[in-house]
Amino acid sequence: MISTQTMNTFKTIVGEENVITSSAGRLVYSYDATPNFQSMPDAVIAPRNTEEVSQIVTVCREQKIPIVPRGSGTNLAAGTVPSEGGIVLLFKHMNHILEIDEENLTVTVQPGVVTLDMIKAVEQKGLFYPPDPSSMKISTIGGNINENSGGLRGLKYGVTRDYVMALQAVLPNGDIIRTGGKLAKDVAGYDLTRLLVGSEGTLAIITEATLKLIPMPETKQTMLALYNSMDAAAKSVSEIIAAKIIPATLEFLDRPTLIAVEDFAQIGLPTDVEAVLLIEQDGPPEIVARDMEKMAEICTREQAVSVQIAATEAEALALTTARRAALSALARLKPTTILEDATVPRSEIVNMVKAINEIAEKHNVRIATFGHAGDGNLHPTCPTDARDHDEMERVEAAFADIFSKAIELGGTITGEHGVGMMKAPYLEWKMGPEGIAIMKAIKHSFDPDNIMNPGKMFAKETRKRVVVTQ
Amino acid sequence: MTTMTARERTIQEQFSLRMDEGELLNCMRCGFCLPSCPTYIETGFDESQSPRGRIALMKAVHDGLIAPDEEVERSLNLCLGCRACEPVCPAGVNYGHLLEEARDIFADHNEFKPATKAIRKTVFEGLFPHQNRMEHAVTLLGIYQRSGLQKTARKLGFMKLFPDSMQAMERALPAVPKRSDMKKRGRSFTALAEKKATVAFFSGCLMDTMFLGTNNATVKLLQKAGCDIVIPDGQNCCGALHGHSGEKDGAKELAKRNIDAFEQTNADYIITNAGGCGAFLIDYDHLLKDDPDYSERAKAFTAKIKDITQILFELNFHERVGLNVNPQVITYQDSCHLRNVMHTHIAPRVLMQSITGAEYREMDNADSCCGSAGIYNIVESDMSMQILDHKMDKAKATNAHTIVTANPGCLLQMKLGIEREGLSESVRAVHIVDLLLEACDEFPL
Ligand SMILES: Cc1cc2nc3c(=O)[nH]c(=O)nc-3n(C[C@H](O)[C@H](O)[C@H](O)COP(=O)(O)OP(=O)(O)OC[C@H]3O[C@@H](n4cnc5c(N)ncnc54)[C@H](O)[C@@H]3O)c2cc1C
Ligand code: SF4
Ligand code: SF4
Repeated sequence: MISTQTMNTFKTIVGEENVITSSAGRLVYSYDATPNFQSMPDAVIAPRNTEEVSQIVTVCREQKIPIVPRGSGTNLAAGTVPSEGGIVLLFKHMNHILEIDEENLTVTVQPGVVTLDMIKAVEQKGLFYPPDPSSMKISTIGGNINENSGGLRGLKYGVTRDYVMALQAVLPNGDIIRTGGKLAKDVAGYDLTRLLVGSEGTLAIITEATLKLIPMPETKQTMLALYNSMDAAAKSVSEIIAAKIIPATLEFLDRPTLIAVEDFAQIGLPTDVEAVLLIEQDGPPEIVARDMEKMAEICTREQAVSVQIAATEAEALALTTARRAALSALARLKPTTILEDATVPRSEIVNMVKAINEIAEKHNVRIATFGHAGDGNLHPTCPTDARDHDEMERVEAAFADIFSKAIELGGTITGEHGVGMMKAPYLEWKMGPEGIAIMKAIKHSFDPDNIMNPGKMFAKETRKRVVVTQ
Repeated sequence: MTTMTARERTIQEQFSLRMDEGELLNCMRCGFCLPSCPTYIETGFDESQSPRGRIALMKAVHDGLIAPDEEVERSLNLCLGCRACEPVCPAGVNYGHLLEEARDIFADHNEFKPATKAIRKTVFEGLFPHQNRMEHAVTLLGIYQRSGLQKTARKLGFMKLFPDSMQAMERALPAVPKRSDMKKRGRSFTALAEKKATVAFFSGCLMDTMFLGTNNATVKLLQKAGCDIVIPDGQNCCGALHGHSGEKDGAKELAKRNIDAFEQTNADYIITNAGGCGAFLIDYDHLLKDDPDYSERAKAFTAKIKDITQILFELNFHERVGLNVNPQVITYQDSCHLRNVMHTHIAPRVLMQSITGAEYREMDNADSCCGSAGIYNIVESDMSMQILDHKMDKAKATNAHTIVTANPGCLLQMKLGIEREGLSESVRAVHIVDLLLEACDEFPL
């Protein structure tokens, strides 16, 4: 509980209208996109500038009040669930694009800017910001940075981390720091920018970010290839990379996903094929044409049963429908949808998909897999029902097996969704006790009172838990 | 469990009992609906005024996590019911059904302010269910307009007693037809071109009174498109106003009477020219799903519902009939329910783009609600006017002379917007049907 006096202090800092304490007002910030996690904050506060953030943090530090920074609450790791109460910090006022620098090719934004709004703004100037999480229509840059989010263009262009050049952040003691700069080269001191990227709100509060932009690619082409075996599809992927082509997009869907998509969208997909690859290339027209031709050749050679290159933009759109509808199709099957992101080295995709199917069968649950074939980032997705406790236990066990298999194959428990609360119990598998120890030491030196998003990243108990809350 | 008043406890119990838990759970809280929600945007990104927030509140009340207090009710009241959150939802959550049920529960236990209560009673019990009274009421409005009373009232400043939106609305109302004209119209019409279909026309309560001209135009267009038309007796208000305002029982009664009336016609399609009505008619199968006598019949009924623009498009009206107007720029404001529930948004655009002389310019955010939303613009006047003013900015940016709509509520709201902007000399708002008839009159078949 927060004392009335402290609450009044908050109100003096940000204005009465920016402190919410009603039960309905708090309830709507008690969740994010993670199934089965919910917990009420004591208050919700919307600061208007960095100075106010710093003042709030100072009060919280004195009173040991937990702070949960929140963008749009679309993360899938329970990263913004206020599991230990305290305040939720909103950036709805801090949502402006501050500068688009066409000479240095950078954009400077406040953390609450919606990703797609920023992408559209820079595209109007002929510039390109590649990280494109599927949630970009609503996710914020603050959230993207703190989850180090990826997207469909990750294989060729990298993820959010590769575009963060400079940050302004408020530390848990109230200090305001600036890291990095509009510099291509900078080795002055530890790379705090990179440390803060992906820190999930557990180290500091990002209040401003300068991001790198690149020139817009001139053209883009799209192709769809169907396969009778997962192996053949995976072989095509390796062969394409071996031919020194890095496509902009290289996505795949497995058969259970295809069946769901066809059921839902009725777009004439064959449901007897085992895998589909969606491939896109962008760049100068000559190079795109050459790459597409080569890749089509490779796919055909590797036993694709059909290879289709879109002739027009409308056709391209039709080809991408299946990939874009994957989540919608699966989400409609059952009330609860569990979307994971185990990731393995590219060369292990076949083994991982096989393992996922076996694990699903073993635990008698339905799991469909789609994802980023180019970078080994898979989305095994389980349509289930949170009310069916028996099934939820089995889902839990299945995902534990999947994570363990991913690590065994040299992969990781999460490629882009983050650890949060949801995957905290598994982090030690990936990092080892030594890894956890140094991470805890870093956390302690930033935040000795553990007020920044407590309960996330580090598990309180080593009990394995994916989805079952009781 | 939180502490609740006795009223809150009853409402909470009703939520547990009546809200569809499966549908509540269907929402996976992905937030994909947030950018489409007008109230989320207009409140400066307040999650409690978003679809995800509203569903979370309904679920929390259902689960007994929070009390159904004033703020929960406020959140539901401020929802426009525009259902822009539905087509963008990956999980296919039927938000409209959840909202209707939740509002119905609140309405069952509400102590409305006496004035609101009186309005509700007049509207929901006295007026809309009775077509003859609708005619009468609208006739009174006509007498008021024609007799000079309107002028007097304006001079006396009588209208100042009402909220802003009502004042401008009073100016925006169309000149209504005489009662004798309402009574005169026939009940069946034959195709004026090669016959393609037999249709039954749902003439609507408001459409058949205040907007009689538009209804007559609809019939003419259908004739030109090759339809035999029947307008069955005994049909009445679709029930949308009731359904959206928590008067579900009233809505069911109206629905049954309409099914009775239309079953006898054996038409291929049932045509509407009001997106708001169409969307409610098309949902009768859900409304009556638990009624043993009507559930199957409702399904047959809803399968036949089509908007006028959709059937004209399907019958290739725009290619068979020459369409021509004086040079002008036109733009279109989607009817939320036509677009989000009936999924009709291509047909009207194709029709408008086929008119020679009219330069069609798409308005930014044409797919987002204009703030009319049934009686929303009266009961939630401030938010409605805020939304309307932003809408008018977008409309003005197109430099359109003509703003086209496909629903009477939207039409009135656009007229209201034009009044508020002081543009009535240079900009007009029309129903798409009237525009199409205007465009084809010079080329009689
Ligand atoms: C349907 C769906 C599809 C998705 N697709 C993808 C995808 O393709 N790729 C991908 O990578 N992710 C994806 N995600 C996950 C999610 O959208 C991303 O993690 C996104 O970056 C979160 O943004 P947000 O604004 O919602 O942040 P939130 O969820 O609000 O917050 C995320 C984290 O950032 C912290 N945070 C937010 N703002 C700040 C700040 N200013 N300072 C400090 N900490 C802060 C929070 O505390 C939290 O730990 C998807 C999610 C859904 C529901
Ligand atoms: S119906 Fe309209 S106003 Fe209501 S939640 Fe959905 S989008 Fe928002
Ligand atoms: S888009 Fe659908 S599932 Fe996602 S939050 Fe909105 S209503 Fe829920």
